Amino acid sequence: MLQENPSDLCFILSGVLFTIGAVGAILRRNVIVVFMCIELMLNAVNLVFIAAASALSSMDGSIFVFFIMTVAAVEAAVGLAIFVMVFRLQDTVNADEMNLLKG
Amino acid sequence: MADYIWLIPFFPAAGFIINSAIGSRASKTSVAWVACLALFLAFLSSAAVFYEFLQLPATARVFEKDIYTWIASGELNVNIGFRLDALSVIMCLVVTGVGFLIHVYSVGYMHGDPGFKRFFIYLNLFVFMMLLLVTGNSLPLMFVGWEGVGLCSYLLIGYWYEKDSAADAGKKAFIVNRVGDFGFLIGVFFLFISLGAQGVWTLNIAEIGQNAHLLNGAVVTVITLLLFVGAVGKSAQIPLYVWLPDAMEGPTPVSSLIHAATMVTAGVYMIARLNFLYSMAPDTLYVIAVIGVLTAFFAASIGFAQYDIKKVLAYSTISQLGFMFVAMGVGAYAAGIFHLMTHAFFKGLLFLGAGSVMHAMSGELDLRKMGGLRKKTPITYWTFFIACLAIAGIPGFSGFFSKDEILWKAFSSSHGDVWIWLLGAATAGMTAFYMFRLFFGTFHGECRASEEVKHHIHESPRVMTIPLMILAFLSLVGGYVGIPHLLGGENAIEKFLAPVFGPEAPMKTALNFDIVRSAWASSGAAGHDGSLELALMVASVLIALLGITLAYIFYIKNPSLPQRFIERYAGLFRWVHNKYFVDEFYDFIFVRGLLKLGGILLKVADGWIIEGAVNGTAAVVKRAGDRLRKMETGYVQEYAFAIIVGAIIVVGYLVVRPIF
Repeated sequence: MLQENPSDLCFILSGVLFTIGAVGAILRRNVIVVFMCIELMLNAVNLVFIAAASALSSMDGSIFVFFIMTVAAVEAAVGLAIFVMVFRLQDTVNADEMNLLKG
Repeated sequence: MADYIWLIPFFPAAGFIINSAIGSRASKTSVAWVACLALFLAFLSSAAVFYEFLQLPATARVFEKDIYTWIASGELNVNIGFRLDALSVIMCLVVTGVGFLIHVYSVGYMHGDPGFKRFFIYLNLFVFMMLLLVTGNSLPLMFVGWEGVGLCSYLLIGYWYEKDSAADAGKKAFIVNRVGDFGFLIGVFFLFISLGAQGVWTLNIAEIGQNAHLLNGAVVTVITLLLFVGAVGKSAQIPLYVWLPDAMEGPTPVSSLIHAATMVTAGVYMIARLNFLYSMAPDTLYVIAVIGVLTAFFAASIGFAQYDIKKVLAYSTISQLGFMFVAMGVGAYAAGIFHLMTHAFFKGLLFLGAGSVMHAMSGELDLRKMGGLRKKTPITYWTFFIACLAIAGIPGFSGFFSKDEILWKAFSSSHGDVWIWLLGAATAGMTAFYMFRLFFGTFHGECRASEEVKHHIHESPRVMTIPLMILAFLSLVGGYVGIPHLLGGENAIEKFLAPVFGPEAPMKTALNFDIVRSAWASSGAAGHDGSLELALMVASVLIALLGITLAYIFYIKNPSLPQRFIERYAGLFRWVHNKYFVDEFYDFIFVRGLLKLGGILLKVADGWIIEGAVNGTAAVVKRAGDRLRKMETGYVQEYAFAIIVGAIIVVGYLVVRPIF
């Protein structure tokens, strides 16, 4: 069954990648790792888009991927800048210690 | 002139604006000149219109000019426009003429006052508002004037605001008037919608007059009664008269101009202006006549027992206004306006004379501390004497003609009644008595002032005495425009006003007359109508002379008599001297009642309901916040977890839903 449709493999792979990313984003404490997990989730989604685009012979998915990559780049720049500032301020990259907005 | 009638109110307004703008830098002299000149020019414009009217046939004596669209909103269209006819031109002449004299007088009277400029600014504003009231061609514009004069009255009563009593009197006048104005405003609204229901949406007085026949009698009665409530407040009638005696806290020229000659007659003017409505409502007319005559009698009786000369004059004003309302109530509008005019002359004069007395007596107002001023202030003495004769109704003086006209109409008109005449005639006698009590007490007998005051007694400067003399002249001759037919005159003022007031109210039926006539016949009088009128005239003159004689006996011949009288009837005297305790009664019922009601409302409505609602809302939000803030842990990863759980639930729902 798996050999019949290569895009199914891609969907499964991306599901696995997304889950790893999501679990990592929730459970890891180092914000840099959390950040990488988020990137992982984004790219898992990209993979779905590309696979679906190729299976359906449509350009829509590929166009979305470009947008997501652009946004991911921007997000990386802003996010890393924030972490640098937080590190300067609090001397830590531990997510548990960043709770200034506690209600 | 027809296109320039707006000039009449314009001049005082210009005086007001100029003095407000440059008054603080200008000298006293120039402020006084601007203020007096404004009035004089307004008087000249009024006189020009009057002169032009005399050239025109009676029916053409109406100038109306709209200058500006004020409100245009659906059916409601109000223009700022002026209308001059026989009635308003007489009012304009009285307001600007007497007003001018009082302005000139004030220049002398207020000379040393630190608020001299402020005084003239207010005075000009007042005259502007009064002219707006009498020349405005629509009810809203009239109401602007109506409220404007109320405002100026408040400002000028409380002119010496550092005195608590003056500030309180100003507030009292304003608040009591507000009760009346409320009725007036409701009346105007009601009139507007009632006419609108008939398809005529208008507030223009002339248009209301043309369409008044569309209204039914009951509606007109309600409208006219509501409007009359306004007149009761503004013209100080029972039960809203209490503010006028207190208004004497203001400077004397103010009492003279506002609280004797002009503003307080606004109610009378309003009824005369809307006479077409009032003539349609005989019930209202009867109410007006009854309230008028009761006020006249009641106020005159209070005048007996007052020692403050301005208070006596204030009650006398209330009483005379009562007479005017009697005239309105019996449908004798022209007679009422005639009395309004002569009253403006002699009562304005009496107040200015009282001011001159105060000037001489270093501000003393108490009758018990006066006396013997005749020699030292001859001009004040003689002018005051003329005014007293005029108000007492001695033949030949202005008050006689107008008062007698009213009494005759009260007796003979189909709206009148014998008892109204009786009470009116009695009031005329009482008026003569208390006026001469005041006169003798002030100018005759021994001077009862302290030595220091006595030393300073002097006649007022010429700027004050000349207006006194002019007003005395007017009080003397003012009545000759309305000599009744009976005495060979042609009652020129009534003829002049006839186009405004329409046909006179019919006389009583012959049947009613027969009874009275036979009564007169049995006492030896001849039996035709003319002689009846003459007999009544003689009777009222005799009553007036009786009043004067009594005053003479009490206060000149036998000065110990009043004291004995007071001791004998101490209870009665105390009752009257304290104005029948009406103020105390009002204080108890209304002031304290309202305070108490306010206290209850403060506790229940404000404390429990409103504050309860507000604080309750705050408490709910606060408690909800206390609970909900626990959700905000500050850990980014928990938020992310919540988002993922949410996403799973949504996706799960979408997946599961097609199954069911």
